[in-house]
Amino acid sequence: MEDLWTVAVAVFQLWMFVVVFLITLPAMFGLSLGVTSVYIQILVKLLEWATIRIQRGRQEQPSVPAPLPNGIIERAEGSMEEEMEQLRRSRSLEGGEFALSDALYFCKKGLESIVDDQVTQRFSSEDLASWNLLTRTNQNFRYISLRLTIFWGIGVFVRYCVLFPLRSVIALAIIGLSWLVIGTTLVGILPENRYGASTVHTFGDCLGEAQTEHVHLSSCRARPVDLSTCVSFCRENRPQKGGICVANHTTPIDVVILANDGCYAMVGQIHGGLMGVIQRSMVRSCPHVWFERSEMKDRHAVTTRLRAHVAAKTKLPILIFPEGTCINNTSVMMFKKGSFEIGGTIHPVAIKYDPRFGDAFWNSSKYNMVSYLLRTMTSWAVVVNVWYLPPMTIQDGEDAVQFANRVKSAIACRGGLLDLAWDGSLKRGKVKDAYKEEQQKMYSRVIVRQNGISATNTRRDN
Amino acid sequence: MGSRASRLLREEEIEEIKKETGFSHSQITRLYSRFTSLDKGENGTLSREDFQRIPELAINPLGDRIINAFFPEGEDQVNFRGFMRTLAHFRPIEDNEKNKNPSATEPLNSRTNKLLFAFRLYDLDRDDKISRDELLQVLRMMVGVNISDEQLGSIADRTIQEADTNGDSCISFNEFIKASFVVNIHICTVVLVLVNI
Repeated sequence: MEDLWTVAVAVFQLWMFVVVFLITLPAMFGLSLGVTSVYIQILVKLLEWATIRIQRGRQEQPSVPAPLPNGIIERAEGSMEEEMEQLRRSRSLEGGEFALSDALYFCKKGLESIVDDQVTQRFSSEDLASWNLLTRTNQNFRYISLRLTIFWGIGVFVRYCVLFPLRSVIALAIIGLSWLVIGTTLVGILPENRYGASTVHTFGDCLGEAQTEHVHLSSCRARPVDLSTCVSFCRENRPQKGGICVANHTTPIDVVILANDGCYAMVGQIHGGLMGVIQRSMVRSCPHVWFERSEMKDRHAVTTRLRAHVAAKTKLPILIFPEGTCINNTSVMMFKKGSFEIGGTIHPVAIKYDPRFGDAFWNSSKYNMVSYLLRTMTSWAVVVNVWYLPPMTIQDGEDAVQFANRVKSAIACRGGLLDLAWDGSLKRGKVKDAYKEEQQKMYSRVIVRQNGISATNTRRDN
Repeated sequence: MGSRASRLLREEEIEEIKKETGFSHSQITRLYSRFTSLDKGENGTLSREDFQRIPELAINPLGDRIINAFFPEGEDQVNFRGFMRTLAHFRPIEDNEKNKNPSATEPLNSRTNKLLFAFRLYDLDRDDKISRDELLQVLRMMVGVNISDEQLGSIADRTIQEADTNGDSCISFNEFIKASFVVNIHICTVVLVLVNI
């Protein structure tokens, strides 16, 4: 029994040595020994083999349904008018007029949206094109071959018994979080004692900035290592001081990923639990702005603070996620115009996770932070591409909403994501009546087109 | 893995649904996936709120009527069978279906049944007649506040005048069918893109 114990201790010591000196420390100083990239390459080869095997299996067993990345229905791409014309076919209507069959048009549209709609699917994890050997993504994939199942079994063992302990030991408990909390507390406390709270920020800016940045960068770099993250940055166009950095939002890890490559002041929703601890500790060293989404007063205060921050050109760039909530990384949803009204230069950033290696999306209604981290730490890896886009400013004659849409399209285009006009807050709330009224207006225009009846002759009780 | 795996569709159920609605095996499993993702309460049935959560349906002017069509008389929950039965109305009409079983009852997605579905959107009280009031109600839902009462009234009167053949100022189902005979019924389909097996 004692021999076993000494052996176990020895193994543990060796493990820690390997981990600390070969992976964590180099990463904290920005170097890489290439261990992670080798691992990723092996995974890619494995998953490609698995895909081919599954496809072959699907041909042999036709009852296994194939996933459809573009949705399950064919939609006609016409406008309301065109489709109603088609419905009425040969009946020549002089400029509109109502036909009893018009209801069928709305019926069809309604049923199409019941079968497959563009919005609700964005708030849950993406369906994969092919199984990536994780149990959690095994929706419709049935038994295909013995070898595949063996690899899946090995995968489970490797992920839970090798990678997970490795990552959890490095990550939260020992190095990453405590370093973050301790480091930021130190930087935060020192000036406060000597100079008083009101000068904390200026002190931080002048002298502590180098230290602050170093603490941030090194602690942020330790985090991704835990998750075997492979981040590729496109290094041009990095956000400058005094600008606002805008990105699409998938998970809180976005912040860690971006902080890997630069220091930002953050704006975001207050959370409870583990996230709250992290947020509160970060505030001590850097002027982050945390607020409560539902508090109107809070939001005005936030806008004022942001304006002040941007006006002082020497401050760190602010990082904002204008979608306001986590979306599943297949699309970019409506950008809230608040951040685009502040003025200043906008530096768009596109972030795209590779879904083959694990699902990065944080479904906050289903998983809390801790279970999310557990799931991420037991997936294969986190592989992400970050593109910095050229800075944009609001143009003449453009209002905040149009500017926001322009930035959104640029990000969607670069990241290979779908550009949707729907609001991300539909995750939690109802759609506004204004959209239904728009549909009604469009239809009214169809039926009173040239009938001599003025469509603007609406009810007077407006 | 959660609820999706916890209540898988049994083979016998799939066969029954296949016979009743004409959907293929893979279409049924695909639609079952959709049903469970809409079922936030995870109790195997959908309520009206579950439908209202779909934004594109919530902005549809006839959204409420369409949702009603799924719920049988007086009930507040619809199970998967009922869900499929209603969806079956909008399956594309296939020519070879006519030859398959001439003695069987008319398939759910036949032209007549599609028109009956549309007729029931208007005929709220299910008395097999569309009265002027019922027509006005649906018209008002579709146009919102953009057309005045008088104009809407005249549109309704004109429609009834054209369609009504027996002079009772209401539109019966037969009159409805005749009035819609030029309707391109093949458009009234939701085309599911699935590999046919």
